[in-house]
Amino acid sequence: MAEHASPHPDHAHEGHHEEGFVKKYLFSTDHKIICFQYMFTGMFMALIGGFFSYVFRMQTAFPGVEVPFYGLVSAAEYNGLITSHGTIMIFWVAMPVLVAAFGNYLIPLMIGADDMVFPKINRLSYQVFLLSTIVLLSSFFVEGGPFGGAWTAYPPLSASGAYNNTPLGSSLWVVAVALEFVAFLLGGINFITTAMNSRAPGMKLYDIPIVVWFIVIASMLFMASVGPLIAGAVMLFMDQNVGTGFFDPARGGDPVLWQHLFWFFGHPEVYVVLLPAIGITAEIITVFSRKKLFGYKTVLNTAIATGVLSFTVWAHHQFIAGIDPRMAHIFTITTLLISVPIAEMMFVFIATLYGGSITLSTPMLWALAFVGEFLIGGVTGIFLGASGADIYFHDTYFVLAHFHYTFFPIAIIGTYAGVTYWFPKMFGRMMNDTLGKWHFWLTIIPFNFIFIPLFVLGAAGEHRRIYNYQNFPELSGEWFFALRELATVALIIMLLAQVIFFVNVYISLRSGKKAGKNPFRANTLEWQAESPPPHGNFAELPTVYRGPYEYSVPGRAEDYWPQNAPT
Amino acid sequence: MIERWVVQASTYAADIDGIIFLVGVLVGFWFLIAEGVFFWLILKFRARDGERAQYITGEEAKQKRFINWPHYLVLVCDVFIVVGAVRVWVEVKQQLPSDAEAQHVRVVGQQWAWSFVHPGADGKLDTADDIRTVDELHVQVGQKYIYELESRDVLHSFSVPVFRLKQDAVPGRIITGWFEPTRTGTYDIQCVEICGIGHGMMGARIVIESPEQHAAWIAQQTSSQLAANLR
Repeated sequence: MAEHASPHPDHAHEGHHEEGFVKKYLFSTDHKIICFQYMFTGMFMALIGGFFSYVFRMQTAFPGVEVPFYGLVSAAEYNGLITSHGTIMIFWVAMPVLVAAFGNYLIPLMIGADDMVFPKINRLSYQVFLLSTIVLLSSFFVEGGPFGGAWTAYPPLSASGAYNNTPLGSSLWVVAVALEFVAFLLGGINFITTAMNSRAPGMKLYDIPIVVWFIVIASMLFMASVGPLIAGAVMLFMDQNVGTGFFDPARGGDPVLWQHLFWFFGHPEVYVVLLPAIGITAEIITVFSRKKLFGYKTVLNTAIATGVLSFTVWAHHQFIAGIDPRMAHIFTITTLLISVPIAEMMFVFIATLYGGSITLSTPMLWALAFVGEFLIGGVTGIFLGASGADIYFHDTYFVLAHFHYTFFPIAIIGTYAGVTYWFPKMFGRMMNDTLGKWHFWLTIIPFNFIFIPLFVLGAAGEHRRIYNYQNFPELSGEWFFALRELATVALIIMLLAQVIFFVNVYISLRSGKKAGKNPFRANTLEWQAESPPPHGNFAELPTVYRGPYEYSVPGRAEDYWPQNAPT
Repeated sequence: MIERWVVQASTYAADIDGIIFLVGVLVGFWFLIAEGVFFWLILKFRARDGERAQYITGEEAKQKRFINWPHYLVLVCDVFIVVGAVRVWVEVKQQLPSDAEAQHVRVVGQQWAWSFVHPGADGKLDTADDIRTVDELHVQVGQKYIYELESRDVLHSFSVPVFRLKQDAVPGRIITGWFEPTRTGTYDIQCVEICGIGHGMMGARIVIESPEQHAAWIAQQTSSQLAANLR
């Protein structure tokens, strides 16, 4: 800790000479640049994933139509598109943007450190991630096309080219996913070590901002859960290419084993991306309601409880997968138990608004939308965790709508909340609030019009991953197609609305109002640095005197009280 | 809720719809309360000139009860849901009828079709009068069936929405379960686990017949199979 308590001596020189573009932006060890690398890669992948969703939604709503900007969709392509959409959105958008990008940007700045503890491992982490991205994207151009066995990659379908017709695509998929996990393992080591060891003098554990805590807990969950899946990925790769039979019943293997390995990681993974998004929400809600968080320790405890419980719920994905039916009882109980801490977290955010002085700025709108929309995702999950009800809902659009009501708030709303809130810090200029609000409403309203129809379709029995519903008489009714068309039109509007965001970023970068250090009058340490912070972050590393949410303290002239302001 | 969209055609369909309704009522209650309070607070506590926000830590016992009481109530609701879900689950997935009261049918998934083996006139599988069909399962209303679910290649999932029945087929295993049809008609059978390029067309039909219709169908199948064998 001592060596990080003062700026590195060489940082003093860095203001003097401009580094070249390549060195500064491609081979940087600065945590802020690495944040931008992750964020831009993630957003680029989000555009690809979003485009894919447009193509396959068009095909489901208007089967056999020539999709504008794409063409006819074959059954194989359809499977490839939905698989890639899921894989990309979870592993190449939610993970890099929420965990890696925000983790990289926020942890050192919010704990008052000059950089990560291991800057070179940090750089390596992004480079491995970039490699994994290239491997994944290359699978679109190989013979047979990308893997099309869904993002869960259940064997035997994923294990043999004879079954999936994409021998190369499915191997590239496994390699890309495994590489990506390596990248986040490297990142996670850094996050945890930095947050635990490099905090500014005076910052006790309960003075750490919630978002930093949550990213650290998320990293711990990730590191503890990913091992089995990396092992599984190696086994799957060997089944595909070496001729082993780990998942092949004809050779003594068991396909259900993969499901256990996958979901033992896959369910904690939900909380890995959820926690940073909730943390971002906590920061924004406190600042824009000028309120102390309603029970800092409560929130922290609920996150830890969620994290521990998240390791015990995985088989609720497998109720009807052929596991011993008696196992379902245990996983029903644990799954419903996890609703308690998550509900409590939501209650805390709602209670924080009480007695506040709420300003509905663009970041606040996103943060509030996160709470409002995530509640829908949360309560619909109960249907699926209850074993008896899941028999009907399993693998229907009800499941799909449910997890989009969790992942969309996480990956899209959470990201926009964070980007609009920290943009002034990242680039030194304010974002345009009018454009921001247009973007917000034109994203949120269509979002609900996409997925509420899909809830109804799922309840009416529409099952997932179907190229053409005309093959199923019970799902070919007129109102089925009407709802599918409604969802598709809403999706197109929502995708187009994202242009507003990029226009806003462009305009704000060029001519936005100068932000100054602390435009939102926030307490946390990142707002006490210059905007944007230079390499090394703080001119003088701060000392911390109090917790992060001391807003509207009675008897003070200002309604905020920075963590580093002496008493 | 579900019966408005999909008819109930098995003895346990109403029970599954019942647990879905129970969950719907309980989570609907919490959802409306949470969103109601949420929007009320947003509207009520908007920033006004000269008014400061209150300083509330949420750490004192008097304040904590606003979190604790909902916490306990959620837990109570969870207990109701667990008990209901487990009861339905035991009925549908764990308690199979005895062989004396049920006939066996074999359901085989493969890329990308369903094939079915019916027990035929003697009511027993693996005898000479078995009737084999592809993409069409014939059953008799009011008769209990035990299905033996198999897969020849990859995972499939045998789903009959009107029965509220769903079960994955795993290669290398025979998975058993049961159903008892309660109304006649022809309905969808769907494969609901992605199984390759043809997954989107892997549908079949279940034909639920009255005892007379079913007997007639068996007789007709048997004679046509006999004729085929003679040729």
